[in-house]
Amino acid sequence: MPAYGLEIAVVCLGLLLLLMDAFREKGAKSAIAGLAVIGLLMVLVFLVFGTQETGVTYWGVYEWDNWAKFYKGIALASTILVILMSVDYAEVFKRYTNTDESQSGLGEHYILPIFACAGLMWMASARDLITIFVALETVTITFYVMVAFMRHNVGSLEAGVKYLILGALSTGFLVFGITWTFGVTGAFHLDAVGEGLSKIEGSSIPALFALVLLLVGLGFKIAAVPFHLWVPDVYQGAPAPVTAFLSVGSKAAGFIILLRVLEPFLQAEPTRDAALTLLAIMAAATLLFGNLAAIPQTNVKRLLAYSSISHAGFLLVAIAAPVEGNPDAWRTVTFYLGAYLAMTMLCFFILCLVRAHGGSDELIGFSGLSERNGLLAFGMLIGLASLAGLPLTAGFFGKFFVFNLALQSKLYWLLAIAILGAAAGFYYYFKVAKSMYWEKADEAVEFAPGQTIEISMVTRVTILVLIVATLFFGVVPGLLFSWF
Amino acid sequence: MEISLLHLIVLLPLVTAVMIMVGAPARQLAQGSSVLNAVFGVLLFSLFDRDDAGFQFVASLNVLESPGINFALGVDGLGVVLVLLSVIVMLCAVWQVPKRIEGSEKLYIVSILLIGGGAIGAFATTDLFFFYAFHELALIPTFLMIGIFGHGPDRTSIAWKITIYLGVGSLVLLAGLLWLYQASGVESFDMLTLIEAGKNIDAEAQKWIFLLLIIGFGTLVSLFPFHSWAAPAYAAAPTPVSMLHAGVLKKFGLYGLLRLAVPMLPEGFAAWENLILVLLLGNVIFIGFVTISQRYLDRLLGYSSVMHMGYAFLGMMALNEVGYNGVVLMLFAHGLSVALLFALCGQLRERVPTLEIRELGGVAKAAPFLAVFFGLGAFASIGLPGFANFASEVMIFLAAFKDGLGEDGGITPLQITCIIAVWGVVISAVYMLRAYRNIFQGEREPQEGLLDVAMDQRWPLVLLVAGLVAAGIFPNLILNLLP
Repeated sequence: MPAYGLEIAVVCLGLLLLLMDAFREKGAKSAIAGLAVIGLLMVLVFLVFGTQETGVTYWGVYEWDNWAKFYKGIALASTILVILMSVDYAEVFKRYTNTDESQSGLGEHYILPIFACAGLMWMASARDLITIFVALETVTITFYVMVAFMRHNVGSLEAGVKYLILGALSTGFLVFGITWTFGVTGAFHLDAVGEGLSKIEGSSIPALFALVLLLVGLGFKIAAVPFHLWVPDVYQGAPAPVTAFLSVGSKAAGFIILLRVLEPFLQAEPTRDAALTLLAIMAAATLLFGNLAAIPQTNVKRLLAYSSISHAGFLLVAIAAPVEGNPDAWRTVTFYLGAYLAMTMLCFFILCLVRAHGGSDELIGFSGLSERNGLLAFGMLIGLASLAGLPLTAGFFGKFFVFNLALQSKLYWLLAIAILGAAAGFYYYFKVAKSMYWEKADEAVEFAPGQTIEISMVTRVTILVLIVATLFFGVVPGLLFSWF
Repeated sequence: MEISLLHLIVLLPLVTAVMIMVGAPARQLAQGSSVLNAVFGVLLFSLFDRDDAGFQFVASLNVLESPGINFALGVDGLGVVLVLLSVIVMLCAVWQVPKRIEGSEKLYIVSILLIGGGAIGAFATTDLFFFYAFHELALIPTFLMIGIFGHGPDRTSIAWKITIYLGVGSLVLLAGLLWLYQASGVESFDMLTLIEAGKNIDAEAQKWIFLLLIIGFGTLVSLFPFHSWAAPAYAAAPTPVSMLHAGVLKKFGLYGLLRLAVPMLPEGFAAWENLILVLLLGNVIFIGFVTISQRYLDRLLGYSSVMHMGYAFLGMMALNEVGYNGVVLMLFAHGLSVALLFALCGQLRERVPTLEIRELGGVAKAAPFLAVFFGLGAFASIGLPGFANFASEVMIFLAAFKDGLGEDGGITPLQITCIIAVWGVVISAVYMLRAYRNIFQGEREPQEGLLDVAMDQRWPLVLLVAGLVAAGIFPNLILNLLP
């Protein structure tokens, strides 16, 4: 089987489930979610244990290397988690999609992420600007639907419109950037682009203009400042599982593409220095804005949106820190994203559960969570500690390697900003911990009904797995590295 | 990998914490494990080979290939002293947990175990990453403990303050440690390799690394002017947390400086010597006066513990063997005495409506045990002969003077600092004796129904005093561990 068989399998799974959803009239929709999870797990197992040889295939535009493999893993894992989350979130969906008690529309919500997943997986392998663009749009268009999915909820609709308009705009920039790249180098394939760039004679400004346009388009995907404006509103308005998907799946795929697209620009002498300066400035702005704007937030979902921006900043620092001739930036970014998957999904999972059990996304809705369900509060605490970058959690090593790279490249000013950002993180992440443990649930009964939260076995196991993963890779990071 | 005694000491509190989290009976298990760990600690102390200056009980497990990070344990003399201090204070702290806790007993005890276990781990590891990581283990538990179980109306802001201070301090520290690692040019976080390789860091880099380290570690030790988190936090925290923080965790910063900065960054020391001398005088004299003006006993003890850190810095700045020994003995003595005082302060808090010194009086009549032991703790803290604090302070003052007059025959800045710092002893005597007289003596009758310390909570306090006296009369008990 060719390497891209995995993507084909995922698409087939999606189509099959769509048919099943259409022709099966009775029965709970959660069965579809179950099948989706099982199917994706099988693909994941095949991805990990299937022994395809690395190389380039499909007319040279499909790269199959360890990076691609790992990012496909991230895409699959986050999709599985998002579908599991959606099952717990079904009550909220129903409230805002149907006027009656029927389950219509619920099925699609379990199936759409599968198609997005196929796009994300293809993104991980794309080595050609056209392929990149097509894969990216597959994902983005699926997201347009998912973000606006709760059609009777104003917030969700508003988020949908904002995401659509700004997404379309960024796509425009991306296409424009691709055109300019083609104009400068005469090629779409990244290898040929690299060759073309290194042969530039005379002014490098057209090449840099192309780079800037590409950065605008991709900066939108990874939520880097100043292309972050959509993030807080869309994250807050979209259904929580979709937000999680945006925050992890979409961002991870955005970063692998960014790494691949930047590689030729960073290797070619004429564009290298300017590209690094641009990236460093973007990193600094993202760190400052993401972290400082998170401080006054009182809505946990919005808080996580700013946190997502700030993590994009840390990741950009790694890319902006040039270390000659070694793949440290790739390793750092990839490790960071692996850790980010576990900790962010953990937080969103718990957010979904709190919301679905009569609470709200507001900070006050988390009051007294430790009394309502100890496991959820503890899980959230671990997730937040990891996002804040406390040692012995996976998130610490992410930041640790980033700081290390910044020091190695003598980017002291950027390191200082990163430290400032991390310090601010202590405050806004701990704010949630404070709500969960200090405050009593009955003081905010309107937002957080005092009753305990019962969770299903599958959810319990998933949360435990995420907690263990977050802690485990914080103590033994070497194992995560061995996967790429 | 073989299991060494150190593994047991480091992992026991953490394993206990996990067991309690999943449902084991909290109080009994924690008490049992703390006794067991103290026994292990004494065992470590007696099994340590005093003729061998290197690291002992070494064991290592690789967790990351490049850069090399290992879960590596091992102690030298300095490590043994601090591990011993930690297990003793931890034992006393666990036994000082109040009988009735409002809220979750589980959370309370798990937090104490994590704070204490983290401190033990930080002193017992020889890997730079775990050294840092273990210390950070205390951050969240401290935040929650002060917020949920703390005292006083402004405990929320105090909890934020300590968390932000310690968080920022440790981030600055992280930057300094990473820089130190890169400047040394080895691909390993093993401290011994780093120290060996790092002796030839160029002077300019040393200067800036040292500055980062002194700000980072200094914040954790509450070096003036980074001290303002400490006293309010100790006052607001539940008793066992104050005991662990003031008694043990605070020593982490000095331990780090002694372990890393002293052998690796001599030029850094030289570059910032005068600055640090001024800052430590800030601790001894300025904070000394601040302490005198305190109206509440808990804050007074908090500031007094901040003040004494100035002496430790003075010993370190002397950069000679006597000074080094003096500092180590001081860490041990200060840890025990401050834990004792905070334990008794906590006992007193349960018995009287306010800790305002002027409002109290005659407590000794109703609670003689409390009074006598508080008196002993106060004497130790002032530095009266017979207690380990005396021995350590004398050594530090001697060390600061030892190298004679400066090059031009004049008196050195270190000696001037020492002369001024000696006055700190007088300041200590003023506030401690005044507080003691007001609270325990005097005409005033103690309030009705004031009881003495409960029988089963007395023995840990006796243990602390015994440690202070033993190390005070035979300082060699501790000092012969050091090279």
